[in-house]
Amino acid sequence: MIRIFKYLQKRELILILVTFILTGLQVFLELKLPEYMSRITNVIVAPGSALQDVITAGTYMLLCAFGGLAVSVLVGFCSTRVATGFSMRLRAAVYHKVTDFSLEEINEFSTASLITRSTNDIVQIQMLLVMGMGIIFRSVLMATLAILKIRAKSWQWTFSTGVAVLLLIMIIVILMIVAVPKFKLIQNMTDNLNRVTRENLTGIRVVRAYNAQKFQQGKFREANDELTDTHLFVGKTMAIMSPGMSIIMSGLSLSIYWIGAILIQEAATADKLVLFSDMVVFSSYAMQVVMSFMMMTMIFLILPRAAVSAKRILEVLDTKKKITDGTETQGKEGVREVTFDHVSFAYPDAGEEVLSDISFSAKKGETVAFIGSTGCGKTTLVNLLVRFYDVTKGAVYVDGVNVKDYKCEALRDKIGLVPQRATLFAGTIRSNVGYGDKNGVSEYTDEEVWKALEIAQAKEFVEKLEDGLEAHVAQGGSNFSGGQKQRLSIARAICRKPDIYVFDDSFSALDYKTDRILRGELKKITKDAITLIVAQRIGTIADADCIVVLDDGRVAGMGTHKELLANCEVYRQIAYSQLSKEELENE
Amino acid sequence: MSKKEYEHGTAKTAPRRGPGAGGPPGTRPGEKAKDFKGSIVKLLKYNKAVLPLMGVALVLSFLTSIFTIISPDKLKEMTAEIEKGLIASIDMQAIGNIAVFLVVIILLGAVFGYLHSVLMAIVTQRVSRKLRNEISEKINVLPLKYFDNTTFGDVLSRVTNDVDTVAHTLNQSATQLVNSITLFVGSLLMMLLTDLTMTITAIVSSLIGFVLMSLIMASSQKYFLGQQKYLGDLNGHVEEIYAGHMVMKAFNGQKKEGIAFDEVNKKLADSAFKAQFLSGLMHPIMGFVGNLGYVAVCVVGAILTINGKIDFAVIVAFIMYIRYFTQPMTQIAQAATNLQSTVAAAERVFEFLEAEEMEDESHKETILKGEDVIGNISFEHVKFGYHPDKIIIHDFSAQAKSGEKIAIVGPTGAGKTTLVNLLMRFYEVNEGNISIDGVPVANLTRENVNDLFGMVLQDTWLFEGTIRENIVYGKEGITDKRLDEVCKTVGMLHFIRTLPKGYDTVLNDKVNLSAGQKQLLTIARAMIEDAPMLILDEATSSVDTRTEVLIQEAMDRLMQGRTSFVIAHRLSTIRNADLILVMKDGDVIESGTHEALIQQNGFYAELYNSQFEKVG
Repeated sequence: MIRIFKYLQKRELILILVTFILTGLQVFLELKLPEYMSRITNVIVAPGSALQDVITAGTYMLLCAFGGLAVSVLVGFCSTRVATGFSMRLRAAVYHKVTDFSLEEINEFSTASLITRSTNDIVQIQMLLVMGMGIIFRSVLMATLAILKIRAKSWQWTFSTGVAVLLLIMIIVILMIVAVPKFKLIQNMTDNLNRVTRENLTGIRVVRAYNAQKFQQGKFREANDELTDTHLFVGKTMAIMSPGMSIIMSGLSLSIYWIGAILIQEAATADKLVLFSDMVVFSSYAMQVVMSFMMMTMIFLILPRAAVSAKRILEVLDTKKKITDGTETQGKEGVREVTFDHVSFAYPDAGEEVLSDISFSAKKGETVAFIGSTGCGKTTLVNLLVRFYDVTKGAVYVDGVNVKDYKCEALRDKIGLVPQRATLFAGTIRSNVGYGDKNGVSEYTDEEVWKALEIAQAKEFVEKLEDGLEAHVAQGGSNFSGGQKQRLSIARAICRKPDIYVFDDSFSALDYKTDRILRGELKKITKDAITLIVAQRIGTIADADCIVVLDDGRVAGMGTHKELLANCEVYRQIAYSQLSKEELENE
Repeated sequence: MSKKEYEHGTAKTAPRRGPGAGGPPGTRPGEKAKDFKGSIVKLLKYNKAVLPLMGVALVLSFLTSIFTIISPDKLKEMTAEIEKGLIASIDMQAIGNIAVFLVVIILLGAVFGYLHSVLMAIVTQRVSRKLRNEISEKINVLPLKYFDNTTFGDVLSRVTNDVDTVAHTLNQSATQLVNSITLFVGSLLMMLLTDLTMTITAIVSSLIGFVLMSLIMASSQKYFLGQQKYLGDLNGHVEEIYAGHMVMKAFNGQKKEGIAFDEVNKKLADSAFKAQFLSGLMHPIMGFVGNLGYVAVCVVGAILTINGKIDFAVIVAFIMYIRYFTQPMTQIAQAATNLQSTVAAAERVFEFLEAEEMEDESHKETILKGEDVIGNISFEHVKFGYHPDKIIIHDFSAQAKSGEKIAIVGPTGAGKTTLVNLLMRFYEVNEGNISIDGVPVANLTRENVNDLFGMVLQDTWLFEGTIRENIVYGKEGITDKRLDEVCKTVGMLHFIRTLPKGYDTVLNDKVNLSAGQKQLLTIARAMIEDAPMLILDEATSSVDTRTEVLIQEAMDRLMQGRTSFVIAHRLSTIRNADLILVMKDGDVIESGTHEALIQQNGFYAELYNSQFEKVG
């Protein structure tokens, strides 16, 4: 928790110091104010004072109050500046760190968790700073000053104040111990309620088809009762808080006055007046002391939550990147080839290898396809080529150079990747198709973009959009259908005119016809490039120069469609499950 | 929605409304209600049952406020009593009386306050429980059409966020309003009773402060809105980039995205600073206004005293009243803002609850029993469109005889599920007729129609619950023996037996079922239902070959002797179908057997051949 404040800049540290000093001044003025107040009353009470005297006293008081206001404004300014500036930098640090991560680190945390860490956790820290800094400084200073003022007045008064503070802290702590675990529970139960509702919504057809509305409603009621009952428990528990506080506060004032009355009664006549004014002063200061302790207790109870956030943020910032840049920016002169040389790969901390001993190579103009059941490591293969992960054994070469020796940017400039899940970003068709930098250039002409759309069979529907290339793409591309997204995602790779095309199961959302036309068009532009295709459908890859059949991370066969049908059992199985015997023979 | 839905069920909760970053309540941008008065009345009427409880709670709250006013007053009396006794002797009897009175008041106030909070908690929870249950029930009586225009996130946010907002802010603002109005009116009344000139002084000085504060509130509102917007933008950007991390990296988009992020981040920090700073001013300014009032009362009071118009005691009283007078003004303003968002949230909830439901069918008496149904289905001149002005199926007629297999084919987005929607009466035909064994489905209840069809969709929908619950799914009287039989038929029995808890294994994100196994479970579910007709959706991909064979076999077994509609992707299924319905752009454009359609050399022939044409 403390370590996170190392990210504070010097300027901010100075601002914090200034805030502290100003808060001191603010507290001083605030404590001074009652004195001016009583001075006014004294002037009014005093026989024969002129109006002028009241106005003078009033002016002093107003000046004091105004000073307090001005200082408060400054304190607010400084502390807010620190809080917002600090969280801005922290947020940027986390964000840039995460975008620098490779898939390995991302998966370690999970995307959802990284999102919370960059958003909510930072907001938590900011809130703690905005509220906490002011409150902590204030209550510490206030308590100190107030105690200084009233110490050694009367042990009876001090004793009652002490009891009040203790009681207060006890109430808060007990309530929190009882209620805080329930807060967590409530969060879980809310999630649960959400899940049941979401379930009903996503399965709405199934629910109706099976006439299971009552069953679903029963589940919902259960989840709802659970949630509301817990809420009620917490509500009832917390209901003690406010009356408890008011009993303590009012009780304290009452006892100070009551004790005061007895003390004054017993005191010598000369001391009576002194004791009386002590009593009035004490009661107001005692209240400040109690309040300050209350605030401090509250902060200490909020603190753990922020501490958890801080820890989560630091975890991200402390993570070291595993994939480091090389220096190479070009491949070997004249070599245009992708080679996997006895590549094995296992995820960190996983016992079993996802890929074992994979070797193949693809030359300029060739198409190499990969097929196999889910979980056989096809996508991992792609991730190794693009260097989202590093191989465990063996090596991957692009244009004769080990991928580890490339600058990551240079390596990726050579590749046009179409990932399994078509990912679009909020923006326009143009910003999506012409996405990213290549060799530092990040602008594409309208012609280039249209051309890419045309090849990807996306021109037709983009033309129909009102704004054409400038048509809006919603976050995650949610305003396009699965097939449209996939075609845009393909166009994005084409627009880069890469040396190596990588299609990771990129045709699955397309119907057979579109799939076929698209591949025909692609054929034309990939003449001089290397094409790697990962697929599930035999039809998609049947005409590849070389098909690599993967089974449990190993190469189960390699060759053309015909060869594999003849001598690879795994391939035959896949083929028969998709096409009937005569269809295969018809070819 | 993704087929992995239930795995991710908890990962993403509904989006939260309201600014993520703090600021005192009441300074947040309030949403404006559309029809404030009408909705408030509706809300109160709707919660009639809890109104008496709420009334009692508010009376208690009112009493607590009164005690709050009395107790400092009594303390002042005590001080005066002591002061009086400074010279001679203090009247300890009087002190004691006051003290005892105070103790009683303090205790009573605390007890009332506690009871009020407890009652309010009960009210809050009753209201939210009721609202939520009704929303959930409503989901199941709305026509599917409703969900065409609504996102799930929207409904979810009504169930949780909006209901929470209604219940909590209703509690808060009702209490706040009662308390502050009590204080406000009470102190105003006391002031007026004491002295008019002084009252005017107090009002004028407080008003100045109040105007000042409203100005600040109004301007901070703008920045709060900005903060909220930029926070949303930023979170959106972060979510998108983290989720699309792979693409960003592969296309070297990191630099550009980084710049975009820094820009939004800077804007967020700026508006957050302004919003937080301005709202932070509220408190000190309120304090200052209080002091201003104090001085004003003192000065005017002094003038009046010197002129002999009032007594010193009046000033002392006013010094106190002015505190009670200024304090509730801000609270009333806050409560009003709160109430606005309560009503806005309530409006969203009611909007959902009042949406048009499916037609009531309790008067329908025709019932087709599952065991009597032969399974002849006919479509007669069916005309349908999701929007009445956009007809997609123009005039479709076909006959399916008992036990036949009907394949529905067509390119992606051709609207193959439309036929399913019509068969199951998820949507109603605009014209024409679909009938089962000669009985038009419109004459049957939806429940009856749904009972006659088993359904296996490609989006394998499983819920968090035991395997047994998922397979049996609401059907009663299924023995373990029957379960075993069915699971054996779909080839899942061995797997289920290997699980530590067998059928009672809870399916959640910890249990890893493959996509294929999930599909097999849904097939088992359809077998248990044992309906005379079937609707099947063939998986396109993402299942490994061996499981696919299993699924195929299970589906074939399921289809035996049942009239089955299959959304088909596999050519072997299509070729063996008794009837093929070819769909394009939502309409059924061709129908017939494989051979007939190939001969026809139309769209189907083209579609069929395209798979085997050599590329190049």
